[in-house]
Amino acid sequence: MATGPSNMGEVVIKTDKLTKRFGDFIATNEITFDVYKGEIFGFLGANGAGKTTAMRMLCGLSTPSSGSATIAGFDVYKETESIKKNIGYMSQKFSLYEDLTVIENITFFGGIYGLSDKQLKEKTEQLIEQLGMKSEAKKLVGSLPLGWKQKLSFSVAILHEPKIVFLDEPTGGVDPVTRRQFWDLIYDASARGITIFVTTHYMDEAEYCNRLSMMVDGVIKALDTPTNLKKQFSADSMDQVFFELARGAKRKGD
Amino acid sequence: MRTLRFLLQKEFRQIFRNRSLLPMIFVTPIIQLLVMPLAADFEVKNINISVVDHDRSVFSQKLVSKITASGYFRLIDYGNSFDRSFNSLELDRSDLIMEIPRGFEKDIVRENHQPLFIAVNAINGTKATLGASYLGSIIGSYNGDIRMQWTQPERFSPSRTIQVASSNWFNPFMNYPFFMVPGILVTLVTMIGAYMCALNIVKEKEIGTIEQINVTPIKKHHFILGKLIPFWVIGVFIFTVGLFLVARLVYGIVPLGSIPLLYGFLSIFLIALLGIGLLISTYSETQQQAMSLAFFCMMIFMLMSGLFTPVDSMPGWAQVIARANPVTYFIEVMRMVVLKGSGFNDIKIHFAVMFGFAALFNSWAILNYKKTS
Amino acid sequence: MKQFISFVRKEFYHVFRDSKTLLMLFGLPIVLITLFGFALTNEIKNSKIVVCDYAKDDASQRIIDKIQTTENFQIEKALMSHRQIEEAFKSGIIKLAVIFPANFNNDLLHTNQAQVQVIADASDPNTASTLTSYINNIVQDYQNEISPSGPAPYQITTETRMIYNPALKGATNFVPGVMALILMLVCVLMTSVSIVREKEKGTMEVLLVSPFSPFLVIVTKAIPYFLLSLINLTVILLMSVFFLEMPFNGSVLLLYLESSILIITCLALGLLISNSTDSQQSAMLISLMGMLIPVMMFTGFLFPLENMPMVLQWIANIIPSKWYYIIVKSIMIKGLGIASIWKETLILTGMAIFLLIVSFKRFKIRLA
Repeated sequence: MATGPSNMGEVVIKTDKLTKRFGDFIATNEITFDVYKGEIFGFLGANGAGKTTAMRMLCGLSTPSSGSATIAGFDVYKETESIKKNIGYMSQKFSLYEDLTVIENITFFGGIYGLSDKQLKEKTEQLIEQLGMKSEAKKLVGSLPLGWKQKLSFSVAILHEPKIVFLDEPTGGVDPVTRRQFWDLIYDASARGITIFVTTHYMDEAEYCNRLSMMVDGVIKALDTPTNLKKQFSADSMDQVFFELARGAKRKGD
Repeated sequence: MRTLRFLLQKEFRQIFRNRSLLPMIFVTPIIQLLVMPLAADFEVKNINISVVDHDRSVFSQKLVSKITASGYFRLIDYGNSFDRSFNSLELDRSDLIMEIPRGFEKDIVRENHQPLFIAVNAINGTKATLGASYLGSIIGSYNGDIRMQWTQPERFSPSRTIQVASSNWFNPFMNYPFFMVPGILVTLVTMIGAYMCALNIVKEKEIGTIEQINVTPIKKHHFILGKLIPFWVIGVFIFTVGLFLVARLVYGIVPLGSIPLLYGFLSIFLIALLGIGLLISTYSETQQQAMSLAFFCMMIFMLMSGLFTPVDSMPGWAQVIARANPVTYFIEVMRMVVLKGSGFNDIKIHFAVMFGFAALFNSWAILNYKKTS
Repeated sequence: MKQFISFVRKEFYHVFRDSKTLLMLFGLPIVLITLFGFALTNEIKNSKIVVCDYAKDDASQRIIDKIQTTENFQIEKALMSHRQIEEAFKSGIIKLAVIFPANFNNDLLHTNQAQVQVIADASDPNTASTLTSYINNIVQDYQNEISPSGPAPYQITTETRMIYNPALKGATNFVPGVMALILMLVCVLMTSVSIVREKEKGTMEVLLVSPFSPFLVIVTKAIPYFLLSLINLTVILLMSVFFLEMPFNGSVLLLYLESSILIITCLALGLLISNSTDSQQSAMLISLMGMLIPVMMFTGFLFPLENMPMVLQWIANIIPSKWYYIIVKSIMIKGLGIASIWKETLILTGMAIFLLIVSFKRFKIRLA
């Protein structure tokens, strides 16, 4: 269980009644929360609850219908390009190019985020060393096992030392040991001051976060540390907390 | 600028690693350029004729030998049963039947005017008309010969003849490939350019890597340039190989006009074309959709470009479509510059129009392409 | 049986939910028929020519009048030097120049001989030769008119009948070709892409694990496209008969039977292509780019096969649509029955069977 910075440092994500409507359907309904620098912030919820919609707004991929938000100090309506310079992103589909090698992917994404040639070289070596991928460096990403792809994706997402990194269900489909190794990387990044905003289905991972929020039917139904939440719902595990909250949900996704 | 460099690096790497794409891009066009011009020959020759001769006189046989000697016709059968000949017409063994009536020779002398009967398979109207007209002129010439032979000198009054002296400029040997190769080259560049561009972008959409790109600080125009430039380079490459290797070495076609002018027009054409590919990709979510749209557009472009059938012969409404088709202009430019040596002045309108297309398609596509929804 | 139907229904949903693919599937045949029927023609019309009349006498005027009354030309009268004519050709303004020398009529009257010069832009040899021969015919007509000897003695007359297509419509030649083209392309393309898509998405495994034999799995994929192709065929036939006034002299049933053989051939070919590739992109490229040009070239409706070098004619023999084209013409236009086309039918059936065997064999190997 992580403790991390227990409270109030710099606010890196601030939302106020952030809403997204698709016609009559309100995907995200006036969500309001803050995230602090260096935190590991878990964004939980059932399928269809509105997590992905919310995250897309925070990344600058989707314009909110109403409400406000600032990411790393930049306004989510008017300064999306600045937001993008300061964040990292790793999606469910991993989004590394399968037909490029490990080194080529690192070079590409690093270069896109403005790393100089010298920095690229250093970081590439560092990364490969860190992940233990020396012998795989020149192999196509498509040929790597899933766990390695995930770790590589994450590392590439934070290559440019962004203020915040958004992870959308990053650990789907791998065994618990690999997942644990992935979370080691996350702790490492958090210790370096990178804020982690992660959505997940795995309730054990929920325990690893500093604070959590739970979305049900487009609304945030809970926002606190894992410990406090368990106390609040008299639950032994996050599974139970989740069950209690999500039970009455009308939108349960697919 | 740096962003662009990285984008291009990635694109080129991906293209060259794509095992199935490479042969398509390089080998298929060359093969098609080699084969198509040989096939695309509209000249009417080797017409199969079936003769039914009820007369079997020296006279009728002389007519038949004159016909076969002309070089246009091949005598498939020579008999005296019309039914049998009609059968061979039905089975496409012969294209025309000529029936010579009994007593042909006698009737002419007596000025009885019994006609020769000609039946033509007119499914292919053009071929039929030309075939009938060739046969008509051979018969007419034979008629003239007889008249010469039989007419007494006194009855022979001087007739006035007007001679038509015709000359063919730019392509004196009436070489069909000369005409077809430039147009076919344009078609190939078009197909590859637009398809590849559209499919490429949509593939990223399908896999999800485009989201990854949308989240980065890559600017819209960088991303688009990163997609257009590689295919622009490929387009120029294919054109070059087609023009200098295949057209020159195999067909002996050497552009009469300015080669830089050609490349200049090619460059703008490619920008317009890739703009279309880009546009298609903004309207498609899956590769199959992109391909359907692209194929639909390509077919129309190809048919309405004057490649196979002349634009001037089209009805008014069709000419409007042809004029709204960028390929039409490039084919015209190719034919004019390569075969006639036309200069910039002659094609300045084409340039202007192509600029317009390039601006139109690309701005439309850029408007459509949004990183944020 | 019920499961079988549900599989087939799923395939139908795939097709109908994709509006852009639908556009191609059904829109393309309609567009092609419209274009080939009304817009595309090999005839030469509306050609711009220049007449340089240095004579300005009766004879030249008469001939120019004759030229003007035909629909084939748009005449511009100007006195151009050779240099100017060359420039005009280069700008694409005119395609032909007719030049009457200064003493045209005089020469004709006094020496019984005169000359007219015709210069053609032969960069387009087809147009050049056609226009030249039009002018030749007009001059010839005039020559006959002014001939003092009256009707020639010993005149051979001819009576010509155009069989099968007396109105000389272009559609008669094209429509069967368009039918062949659409069936071949659309069928092969859709089948190969649909199968590869399942492979790519991984759902192929799911299907194969089902209680159906692989054979049946493929059949369920093929059936919707079989039916769709028949519908396409029907649309094309209706359009050509009612809008283009094409004849339909033979047996409808026979036509549909023969078309089914072609469709099966195409489905097998689609299966074969899907076996050779793992990505949708390549399946599409092979089906479209690889097949479009050969089918257009070697079916025989766009370019006459007889004109091609022997090598190409042999290659044309392995293209199924070449045989289908002959069959359709025989049935629709000539009104013939199976007795006349048994040879072509046999060949087509042979191709179908051959492709089916080969593609199934490869499919089984792939699975193992």
